[in-house]
Amino acid sequence: MVTGLVLRSISKKLSNPSKLTLTRLYNAPPPPPQEQKAEPKATDRSNHKTFQIYRWNPDNPTKPELKNYSIDLKDCGPMVLDALIKIKNEIDPTLTFRRSCREGICGSCAMNIDGCNGLACLTKIEPKEKESTITPLPHMFVIKDLVVDMTNFYNQYKSIEPWLKRKNPAEEKGKEIYQSKKDRAKLDGMYECILCACCSTSCPSYWWNPESYLGPAALLHANRWISDSRDEYTDERLAAINDEFKLYRCHTILNCARACPKGLNPGKQINTIKARQPGLLGK
Amino acid sequence: MKKLTGLQKQVLGLYRGFLRAARTKGPEDRKKIESYVSSEFRNNAKNVERKNFIYIEYLLRRGTKQLDQLKTAETISLFTVPCRD
Repeated sequence: MVTGLVLRSISKKLSNPSKLTLTRLYNAPPPPPQEQKAEPKATDRSNHKTFQIYRWNPDNPTKPELKNYSIDLKDCGPMVLDALIKIKNEIDPTLTFRRSCREGICGSCAMNIDGCNGLACLTKIEPKEKESTITPLPHMFVIKDLVVDMTNFYNQYKSIEPWLKRKNPAEEKGKEIYQSKKDRAKLDGMYECILCACCSTSCPSYWWNPESYLGPAALLHANRWISDSRDEYTDERLAAINDEFKLYRCHTILNCARACPKGLNPGKQINTIKARQPGLLGK
Repeated sequence: MKKLTGLQKQVLGLYRGFLRAARTKGPEDRKKIESYVSSEFRNNAKNVERKNFIYIEYLLRRGTKQLDQLKTAETISLFTVPCRD
């Protein structure tokens, strides 16, 4: 909730972002056009960009605030994560965020950049804009700065039992179960999910019912196992999520598809689950 | 007695949960857990500002997570990290 409140209260054009007010400034004047002529100044700030980053430290419990960091883009990598690492290395070592692979395969650096959920390592720094706001994933509990509590998200993933379940044990222990190319192709668009939580935290339905609604990421994985030709618990899996809250809180808002940094479409997969539910056509 | 707010009830509930979880551990560990938990709660009750809801809620969530860990049978005791103040 903390994040949500702050997100609603920040505005890009606040003159003093550390002081959060509830005013939203619409139609803020566009930033003054950039001088193309390179003026011989002592400090050339034409390549500088300001990052407003959400800060909250539990050891020093005051109100969360947005802190400004100015960075020379000439001296920085192209991605938002590069900027964050640069800030942490050179300006403020107390800045806390999760990161690991820096190539969009681990899903650690999911955060809200300029109002859109995404992976910092896959989001380019917009060089034209003079300011950029980085906040934690919306509607998640903040542990520190950009680090959020993913316990509930992971528990929901766990609740769909994301592993292969067989009714008949393999004839030979340790023998693989083969799958045709066609069956394997059914998993495309689902197996790529890295559980970064960008989709779930962008879903308004998930914001209002984070405990009871499974959210796009968990449901996408549910469908991944429902569609798996080797899994023999398809009906049980379908029955387990056939619930007004767990599944049917999805109202096809499709923020998930827009947010997904891997280009997947969880909303489509959720629809597939809904269509496969028995008795739906009879209703 | 004054009526308790929801947040206060949650804090007391968490404390009670810790005492109950401590009961399932060995007598030696139980003592250690209880003394640590009680000192932690007393400390925060004294030092945390009453209206700092964001922080109190954060502590509640952290405590609930620690309690979940303590409840599992594999956990024998709480590990105390010396607090830096």
